[in-house]
Amino acid sequence: MKIVIIKYNAGNIRSVDFALQRLGVSALISDNAQEIRSADRVIFPGVGEASTTMEFLIHHKLDTLIRDLKQPVLGICLGLQLMCTHSEEGDTSCLGIFPEKVKKFVSLPNQLSELKIPHMGWNNLKELKSPLFKAINEEDYFYFVHSFYATTGVDTAAICDYLIPFSAALQRDNFYATQFHPEKSGKTGAKILENFINL
Amino acid sequence: MMKAYRLLTYLFFLNMLAKRIIPCLDIRDGQTVKGVNFVNIINVGDPVELGKLYAEQGADELVFLDITATHEGRKTFVELVKRIALNLDIPFTVGGGISEIRDAEALLAAGADKISINSSAVRNPQLIDDLARNFGSQFVVVAIDALETDSHWTVTVNGGRIPTDKELFSWAKEAENRGAGEILFTSMNHDGTKNGFANEELALLSENLTIPLIASGGAGSMEHFAEVFTLGKADAGLAASIFHFHEIAIPDLKHYLRDRGICVR
Repeated sequence: MKIVIIKYNAGNIRSVDFALQRLGVSALISDNAQEIRSADRVIFPGVGEASTTMEFLIHHKLDTLIRDLKQPVLGICLGLQLMCTHSEEGDTSCLGIFPEKVKKFVSLPNQLSELKIPHMGWNNLKELKSPLFKAINEEDYFYFVHSFYATTGVDTAAICDYLIPFSAALQRDNFYATQFHPEKSGKTGAKILENFINL
Repeated sequence: MMKAYRLLTYLFFLNMLAKRIIPCLDIRDGQTVKGVNFVNIINVGDPVELGKLYAEQGADELVFLDITATHEGRKTFVELVKRIALNLDIPFTVGGGISEIRDAEALLAAGADKISINSSAVRNPQLIDDLARNFGSQFVVVAIDALETDSHWTVTVNGGRIPTDKELFSWAKEAENRGAGEILFTSMNHDGTKNGFANEELALLSENLTIPLIASGGAGSMEHFAEVFTLGKADAGLAASIFHFHEIAIPDLKHYLRDRGICVR
């Protein structure tokens, strides 16, 4: 099986490669259109800022390429956000694969407990509905680190509650995405990557 | 009654963000060491093996601090970070000797999830802005070592040896405003004492910050962790020797905290 991790100007791409290596799977990190199109699985990871990464994708014609992919694609963190329609981060038009919008967390003045921004650390999910979550349950924890979130809607495949219920995962057709980092979420995270590979 | 129910519903169903337990590994020449009051350094093993063991036991994150001063040791550390990134399946922060963008870049390229800056941020606060702009706030932890004398918390540098003109609370807020993603506060008065964390100061800090706060210095018992998450309002608790010397096992600690209604993974 050929797995390609999309190379672009976002951080922490290698972490996903390392996580796959721990599963005994090798991946190619590439921005080459041919390589990406011919892959069996495509992973679109990333930590970074929406407008600059989106500009980079457009400049390298990766935006249309990603949108047209037919094989299973997994967006992670910023990857998920860029697959939505619009992000408040830099007022950015995104890929529009999922009909959701990306908004900035706002701390509420009368918060009962002091919730910090970024949402950083281990949180659990509910309303899991995707083959990505095979053998995963609502007691399992996943590692999040983000200041922006995707709203919930028809494509929401898991919800996380932090300040507001948001899409912790999205799925539409062959497109899958997680706001959390499966590559950094211990054994449960590894299971998500394994589920994606075995789709 | 209704209000209490709503409060419970809120706490249990809306916010399940777990309090984090973070073992800290001091690294010198590629090996884990732990200083007791920064003297009498004792070797406690291979950082990758120790890190993996902690991850398997349920550590939520790890911090690796390079206390090597030499150029050779520096290169060893970057190599070590690569090995850590390949082997560890939880997030980790690296710190020590980061004074410019390219130091951070090398560590990011090696696979670090976050970097921690301390003395270099005090000397050059602009570094926080630059790192946050280049790599995002989530990548930048500002560590603050502070010492209390006559009710005044002075920020110190060089492992607590040199006092500065900065004050703990204003410096923490400045670091947040400049783009820090987290604050790691070590009370030099509590560090190494095993008498508990500086809970009063931590609570004050936590209330004044919108970014997460990691508490460090003084952990000696499981009760101290329960206190730091309740009284101290910290988002994460960091400790070294009690884990390295098997005084507290992480699974026991998680169990203890869960029994006390504190949300842990």
